[in-house]
Amino acid sequence: MADLNKLTLADARDALKKGETTSVELTEACLKAIDAADALNAFVHKTPEIAMERARAADARLAEGDAPAMCGLPIGIKDLFCTRGVPSQAASGILEGFRPEYESTVSQNLIDAGAVMLGKLNMDEFAMGSSNETSVYGNAVNPWRRGNDEAALTPGGSSGGSASAVAADLCLAATGTDTGGSIRQPAAFTGIVGIKPTYGRCSRWGIIAFASSLDQAGPMTKTVRDAAIMLEAMCSSDAKDSTSTDLPVPNFEALLTGDIRGKKIGIPREYRIDGTPEEIEKIWSDGAAMLKDAGAEIVDISLPHTKYALPAYYVIAPAEASSNLARYDGVRYGHRAKLAQGDGITEMYEKTRAEGFGDEVQRRVMIGTYVLSAGFYDAYYNRARKVRTLIKKDFEDAFAQGVDAILTPATPSSAFGLGEMAEADPVQMYLNDVFTVTVNLAGLPGISVPAGLDKQGLPLGLQLIGKPWDEGDLLNIAASLEKSAGFVAKPAQWW
Amino acid sequence: MLDLTYEAPKVKTIAGAKHDWELVIGMEVHAQVSSNAKLFSGASTKFGAEPNSNVAFVDAAMPGMLPVINEFCVEQAVRTGLGLKAGINLTSAFDRKNYFYPDLPQGYQISQLYHPIVGEGEVLVEMGPGVARKVRIERIHLEQDAGKSIHDMDPHMSFVDLNRTGVALMEIVSRPDIRGPEEAAAYITKLRQILRYLGTCDGNMQNGNLRADVNVSICLPGAYEKYQETQDFSHLGTRCEIKNMNSMRFIQQAIEYEARRQIAIVEGGGKVDQETRLYDPDKGETRSMRSKEEAHDYRYFPDPDLLPLEIEQAWVDDIAASLPELPDQKKARFMGDYGLSDYDASVLTAEHENAAFFEDVANASDGKLAANWVINDLFGRLKKDGDKGISESPVSPAQLGGIINLIQKGDISGKIAKDLFEIVYAEGGDPSQIVEERGMKQVTDTGAIEAAVDEVIAANPAQVEKAQANPKLAGWFVGQVMKATGGKANPAAVNELVMKKLGL
Repeated sequence: MADLNKLTLADARDALKKGETTSVELTEACLKAIDAADALNAFVHKTPEIAMERARAADARLAEGDAPAMCGLPIGIKDLFCTRGVPSQAASGILEGFRPEYESTVSQNLIDAGAVMLGKLNMDEFAMGSSNETSVYGNAVNPWRRGNDEAALTPGGSSGGSASAVAADLCLAATGTDTGGSIRQPAAFTGIVGIKPTYGRCSRWGIIAFASSLDQAGPMTKTVRDAAIMLEAMCSSDAKDSTSTDLPVPNFEALLTGDIRGKKIGIPREYRIDGTPEEIEKIWSDGAAMLKDAGAEIVDISLPHTKYALPAYYVIAPAEASSNLARYDGVRYGHRAKLAQGDGITEMYEKTRAEGFGDEVQRRVMIGTYVLSAGFYDAYYNRARKVRTLIKKDFEDAFAQGVDAILTPATPSSAFGLGEMAEADPVQMYLNDVFTVTVNLAGLPGISVPAGLDKQGLPLGLQLIGKPWDEGDLLNIAASLEKSAGFVAKPAQWW
Repeated sequence: MLDLTYEAPKVKTIAGAKHDWELVIGMEVHAQVSSNAKLFSGASTKFGAEPNSNVAFVDAAMPGMLPVINEFCVEQAVRTGLGLKAGINLTSAFDRKNYFYPDLPQGYQISQLYHPIVGEGEVLVEMGPGVARKVRIERIHLEQDAGKSIHDMDPHMSFVDLNRTGVALMEIVSRPDIRGPEEAAAYITKLRQILRYLGTCDGNMQNGNLRADVNVSICLPGAYEKYQETQDFSHLGTRCEIKNMNSMRFIQQAIEYEARRQIAIVEGGGKVDQETRLYDPDKGETRSMRSKEEAHDYRYFPDPDLLPLEIEQAWVDDIAASLPELPDQKKARFMGDYGLSDYDASVLTAEHENAAFFEDVANASDGKLAANWVINDLFGRLKKDGDKGISESPVSPAQLGGIINLIQKGDISGKIAKDLFEIVYAEGGDPSQIVEERGMKQVTDTGAIEAAVDEVIAANPAQVEKAQANPKLAGWFVGQVMKATGGKANPAAVNELVMKKLGL
């Protein structure tokens, strides 16, 4: 078979089962594609030995007829996941040289499902960023370009490496994590599918924490069906994560019936924001029309507290991050600054953290420290928590009215140029998350589906937001939208 | 059971140059939960292990590691709360207390600031028979202990031992109801006693398993009563907190020193600064550790890694039903059921094991005699024998009860009983069998005693005359008869016969 790396998970799985190819062949094709794609800077730690070893083991299992759900399928793992014996440093200098002695629950679940890890993927440092430009490895690059313009574009962030790698067919799929949109925004920027499940669906154990109450892992794939397959493999109840659910994991793929007749799809009026490009508005209404044609009912809804979501998010996430990142102190692992004669523990902390953390991480640690400080706690952190409760209630009210899913744009623009935001106010970058953060604050599942190209030839995504724990229904509606949109474009290979 | 009522003890005053001053003391006691594993990890809590050997990934704050609550520690906190007659909060929550220190790997301690697991309770602190201070407990919360920084192993480097990191502590916070150094020590003693009865903390102060932060302020007589009426702290003086005390003696010394220091400042026209202080036992003084301005801003916030802790009333009820009899009840029962004095009952209930031993002896013999024998003879003998504890006693409750029963039956005299006790202590054996075998039995056969009395009287006519003139001297004859019978004659019978034969 030709171009094995371009297969979807579902097709590769079926081909493996039929004996049309082997995991070794699939894996070799991906490794070759990865080696040819250094210009994308998507993979930051390649693990070909591990990949080949697991591929051979998978082929043996396939031969025995004992193939679990993702047996032999080559994937990439975001650098935020701790993978045993393999560098896992959240794209940060402070975790220089860190190789964990443990495997995150999600990546272990994928190993147990037979998946083959090709390597670790680029990302924004500690998942803080929307352009992949805060990575210590330098940014990943979007395989898409604006027509014939050679200017490098961002793959989005923080899961930029994952998005770039899947869009460029370097792997069949990848893991991502999403704290405020870090799966859905890069998926939209690169024309792929990305789902953030309900908070608690995927164990956070072994995933380097950014903001614990918001972080969730999810798959980034070429199709909705692939997202269903891989999400099921990633999810589990985990006694090691107190916030993980006890609910059983459904067979998501089996729920993809394609039938969405009678489903009620809400269009939230507060997501019409001044300055949103016309093309985004258009793809949004096109998406609504497609769902309607497929038999769904389209209703206008109100999520009145939406405008407070972004400020609340940028209080809560940095607050948790400032505490979560306190452990990177140079005492036990990772980077430690060289000290001068007479330097004490305070100097060790200050120098280590100043050298090890990039600017954006330092900014957020400082914001987080500030909003938790005595005298400011109520004005910022507590207030943000109250806003969060109201945002959650907005969604509960909508679902209580019978809405099955909510359709919104995934991003306020298509992929922008790398370096374009360098001089901008950081808040401009934060605005990238405007459509996605509400979902994290409310703990809901959200999926980004590629819906079309803009005038410059760049992908645009639509977001569907589902009811808690109802990823199955959400994926089914997303599959219908995917089918109607018929997005098949691929970036022209320039790398 | 006796219903004991107590009077409040007299408040200790310290004379300043100008006034008499009263002390107001509140304590935060950190009690290490007796559990095999840590509060949020499966690592062992065993004391004295190789440095950094009892450390789970989460204790070392490795990236991506998450805490999971140890249910047994929660149970121990609930048990403690119930033992202190406190309200149990069915919903509580964990917060992060953020600060940087190398022995705090996470950069925060997981504690319970906003919603502690245990609410208000009380401890009755006895200061003498019928006199006790009721100290209110404000709250008990669960939190993680920190590790240990070692600064004296190397001239240039510091070392960190994380074995203690994450071990479960209960912080027991009192109201400022303690009114002097002696009361403070008595409060700790009583708290420790209750914890040991409950089995929730071993109370080992030397190992640091029970330590106290002591808040001390001074006020003029009358001010405290105003605080009590209003619960308004402005009636009280500015407090200083003396950190991390783990000796009763030092706690008393530190309070005394601190009170005098504050009195000198205030009487000299100065103001006491609210600050954290450390006690230096070598110099016998407290010194400033950090002022209010330098105080850490701990940036407490709810720990997002942990869901609120929800427990069920039925579970709390089960724990309540399994509580042992606590010191106050036990003491009252000992006084009521066995007729013990306040003092004896206090001594016997100080340690749970002692009380149980006593009770076994008492139930096999007589309560009052059992109390005397346990307190005076057994405790005294164990102390002489290398300060042994009751669990190491070579004499069992049944053996001691046997000895007491032999006295009561009149088989042996009190004096012989002491010899018998020593034999049983040193050699073991059944007391009544020993008495038989070694001929230690008391002679109650009046015929035999009468013969002995007659013999002594016949042999000492001069003494007879003297005794008839002065009956107090009759005792001499009793002594002679006892001697002649090898101490085995029943002294009461001898006495009676001597008096009769002398015609007294």
